[in-house]
Amino acid sequence: MGSYNLTHLKELESEAIFVIREVVAQFENPVLLFSGGKDSIVCYHLARKAFYPAKVPFPLMHVDTGHNFPETIQFRDKLIEETGARLIVGSVQQSIDEGKSTEEKGVNASRNKLQTVTLLDAIEANKFDCAMGGARRDEEKARAKERFFSHRDDFGQWDPKNQRPELWNTFNGKKNMGEHFRVFPISNWTEMDIWQYILAEKIDIPSIYFSHTRDCFVRDGVIMGKTDFVETKDTEEVQPMVVRFRTIGDATCTGAVASTAATLEEIIEEVASTRVTERGGRSDDKRSEAAMEDRKKEGYF
Amino acid sequence: MEKSYLNMDLLRFTTAGSVDDGKSTLIGRLLYDSKSIFEDQMEAIQQVSDRKGEEHVNLALLTDGLRDEREQGITIDVAYRYFATPQRKFIIADTPGHIQYTRNMVTGASTANLAIILIDARHGIVEQTKRHSFIASLLGIPHIVYCINKMDLVDYSQEVYNTLVDDLEDFSAKLETKDVRFIPISALKGDNVVHRSEKMGWFEGATLMHTLETVHIASDHNHIDCRFPIQNVIRPQTTEHHDYRGYAGRIAGGVFKKGDAVMVLPSGFTSKIKSIDTFDGEIDEAFAPMSVTMTLEDDIDISRGDMIVRENNKPEVSQDIEAMICWMGDSPLKEKGKYALKHTSKDARCMVKEIKYKVDINTLHRNEADKVISSNDVARVTLRTTSPLFIDQYGRNRNTGSLILIDEATNNTVGAGMII
Ligand SMILES: Nc1nc2c(ncn2[C@@H]2O[C@H](COP(=O)(O)OP(=O)(O)O)[C@@H](O)[C@H]2O)c(=O)[nH]1
Repeated sequence: MGSYNLTHLKELESEAIFVIREVVAQFENPVLLFSGGKDSIVCYHLARKAFYPAKVPFPLMHVDTGHNFPETIQFRDKLIEETGARLIVGSVQQSIDEGKSTEEKGVNASRNKLQTVTLLDAIEANKFDCAMGGARRDEEKARAKERFFSHRDDFGQWDPKNQRPELWNTFNGKKNMGEHFRVFPISNWTEMDIWQYILAEKIDIPSIYFSHTRDCFVRDGVIMGKTDFVETKDTEEVQPMVVRFRTIGDATCTGAVASTAATLEEIIEEVASTRVTERGGRSDDKRSEAAMEDRKKEGYF
Repeated sequence: MEKSYLNMDLLRFTTAGSVDDGKSTLIGRLLYDSKSIFEDQMEAIQQVSDRKGEEHVNLALLTDGLRDEREQGITIDVAYRYFATPQRKFIIADTPGHIQYTRNMVTGASTANLAIILIDARHGIVEQTKRHSFIASLLGIPHIVYCINKMDLVDYSQEVYNTLVDDLEDFSAKLETKDVRFIPISALKGDNVVHRSEKMGWFEGATLMHTLETVHIASDHNHIDCRFPIQNVIRPQTTEHHDYRGYAGRIAGGVFKKGDAVMVLPSGFTSKIKSIDTFDGEIDEAFAPMSVTMTLEDDIDISRGDMIVRENNKPEVSQDIEAMICWMGDSPLKEKGKYALKHTSKDARCMVKEIKYKVDINTLHRNEADKVISSNDVARVTLRTTSPLFIDQYGRNRNTGSLILIDEATNNTVGAGMII
């Protein structure tokens, strides 16, 4: 490779840093949505790079369903403490308590959808005019057409048919009062890019991404971790399994995969040979073919 | 696995073709043969194909994003797809080919290194072929690959192919693009896409995938004219970095080295590069498209929108801009109209002083009588900006040669400008 050529990881990194810096330049009060998952950890890492040696000039916000694997929260708190970030927690439990959201019923009950209400509330309460997130276009069909800078109306809604054209690297963050933007700095990354980058940069991630033994059961062909938040049916047998998670979301709807990959190298090898997308383990997307698109229109991440 | 990914680079390409030329099939084929399609994606499209009573799994469904579009069975927006081989990561900007979606094609083309233009071997050059070629050339895509598709339907005939290539060579000589290639393929059967065709032993060139993997892209960026538009000023204001004042941005051209004498625009002050900083430590040189932070030897007042350049190689500093505009607004471009403008990290306003002519993007014919510039039209205009821009010709630098126009009432991006 010629000396004036970047590797794909360096080019993706440079692009993401550019986007994050544009956000700070174009918005008054941005926030980085932080789930504690690998994509948001990578975003935060990129934000630290973007402003070094200064501190990251915006807070992180975790929209907390309350249904977490404990490892995720421990990891989150340690990272915040070590890097001196400012963390805001938007609580889905609180939205429910205040009567703004209603808990779903039944064995498949999940708080995933309720995150939208809490997120939009928190954006309004904190007067955020831009929420950055770690969504990637390769995750799901409806995301393939998402912009880096995604305009939301004053109800936080996304209109897929009326998106601003996005040319070159010139981002238009102009908006009216009450409107906000969602910005996705790692739009162009794939799951593989994320893993390679985590390895290349030696980024710390929660332990549940690595193979471990955990009490699990199988529902609709998906391995689910047993937690206090999910009711199991009588037919569902809970037993210890060797698994790891490919994404971290609400514990009630995030599936695990049977895996012995215990190091980043092994994970990369596994991802390279896997034949199922990472969202394939998420029961929230399976509900209907256009499930993600519907949630996004309402204001989901 | 060896760590080949630490040596991979990134190629962005667009695909264009008329409806039914086989664009979706080709993309599906590239994804499928490079093993970038997952079982659950395959399952999902299988279900849809079954439901619609289609005989084969329709690979085209893989590339249809949003529900309305799925229902209408057409692609209307730009959709981005990803795949990788051990050599390269690829980003496809998949755009619709109809004339009423020119703005989408322009958007997809704006960041591309390479354009794939599909031609149905049975039909030859059609109006769309010319239009797509012109857009690729206008947007400065450095490499064009014409894929002559459906060769299976013309008996893999070398004669048909040669005649088509002759026509295409005549036509493409008029384009700005210097690297133009031709490949006979069958997207449906897979000939010359990833695997070499057994039926077309007469073709001595590379397969499409091999071309994508090996086309030289390092020089697609300008490494000659030093341009560093300032995005943010970094001031840590901590005891450790008390007086630190860094200029953050993405190199838009050239190679900057520590110790270089530089000039800041618009002030014209000169200084030297004291350091080029990154989170991973100081580096000796930086080139496009790296994101870095620079510090200078002297304390100069610099803010967002300023540009660091070399004194002996400056961009043009001007308030009068000649440009080709691809219009994207719902209401027509207004002569004497005022718009907001973004150029690199600089915000300004402008007035459209003159609409010189409209370009017929099927024939490249200039029409000086027709000055009604509606969405998807391309026109030559003169703009007058409220403050000077630091510009290069688009053909020389796609970063400092491009601008966007914004409607001040709706805040929508309504125009894409290529500076002449
Ligand atoms: N025989 C043949 N048919 C093809 C080839 N490529 C595409 N097709 C068919 O042409 C039709 C249109 O293809 P599609 O990929 O949907 O075209 P698009 O509109 O350009 O996306 C479909 O019926 C394809 O099966 C090819 O190489 N050979």
